[in-house]
Amino acid sequence: MPINYYLFLSLALFSIGVAGVLARRNALIVFMCIELMLNAVNLLLVAFSRMHHTAAVLLDPTSKAGAEAQILVFFIMVVAAAEVTVGLAIIVMLYRNIRSVDINFLNRLKY
Amino acid sequence: MNTSHLLFWFLTALSILSALMMVTSRNPVHSVLWLVLVFFSISGHYILLNAQFLAIVNMIVYAGAIMVLFLFVIMLMNTQSDAEPHHGNRMRLAGTLAGGSLLLVLVAALRESELRSLQVSAPEGNIGLVARLGSILFTDYVVPFELSSVLFLSAMVGAVMIGKRH
Repeated sequence: MPINYYLFLSLALFSIGVAGVLARRNALIVFMCIELMLNAVNLLLVAFSRMHHTAAVLLDPTSKAGAEAQILVFFIMVVAAAEVTVGLAIIVMLYRNIRSVDINFLNRLKY
Repeated sequence: MNTSHLLFWFLTALSILSALMMVTSRNPVHSVLWLVLVFFSISGHYILLNAQFLAIVNMIVYAGAIMVLFLFVIMLMNTQSDAEPHHGNRMRLAGTLAGGSLLLVLVAALRESELRSLQVSAPEGNIGLVARLGSILFTDYVVPFELSSVLFLSAMVGAVMIGKRH
C-alpha cells in the first residue's frame, strides 16, 4: 500500500473539516469538525510511523523504530481530551448566556 | 488485491462518506453519530497500520468518551433541529469552495512527490502492542506522561470554573 493513499485520505478528511468549519454556523458542529481535522492529522502521523518502521526493518530486521510516533499520537489524544472538556464548557456557558449556539452572535466577544 | 487492500478501500470510503454526512446533516445528533462512524473507521485504519493500542484508545477516548460528552451537551441544550437559522447559500457555497480549493492545492502539490515509491507494509510485528508502547512510555517518556496528569487536572478545574453558574 503506497503511503500516498494515506496522505490523500488524510487530506480529504482535513479538507472536509475545513469546509465544515467555514460553512456551518452551529458552534457544536464547528467543534466536531475541528476534532475531525485533528484525527486526520493523527492518521497521517500513524501512517508515516508505519512507513518509517517498514524502511527501518529493511536495514535491520529487529528494528523497533516507529513506536515513538505512536507515543506522540497518544499524547495528542490526551491533549485533545483535555481540550474538548474546556471547549464544551465554554459552549455551555455561551448557551447559558445568549440562549443560542450560533457563532454569528459571537461577533462581539464581550456581550 | 488481497484482504488488507479491500479493507483499506472499504474503510476509506466509509470514513469519507461519514465525514461528508457529518458536515451536511442538519440535526446535531445525527452529526455526532456520523462522527462516531468516522472515528470507528479511523480505528480500523489504525489496526491496518499495526497500531492496535492506538485503535483501542481511539475507540474508547474519542468514540466512547468525547462523543458521549458531545451528545450530553446537545441534549442538555435541547436545541431544535432547525435551530440553525437560514443564512442563504452564500456562506455554505463559500465554505465548500474554500475547502475544495484547499484539497485541490494540497493534492496538486503532493501528487508528484517522492513519497510514491515508499510503501506501508502489511500489518505484522508487535510495534503497536501495549507492551511495547507501555515500556517506552514508562521509561523514555515518563515525564510527559506525568505532566499530562497535571494537564488533566487543570482542564478539569478550568471546565468546572467555566461551567459554574455565577
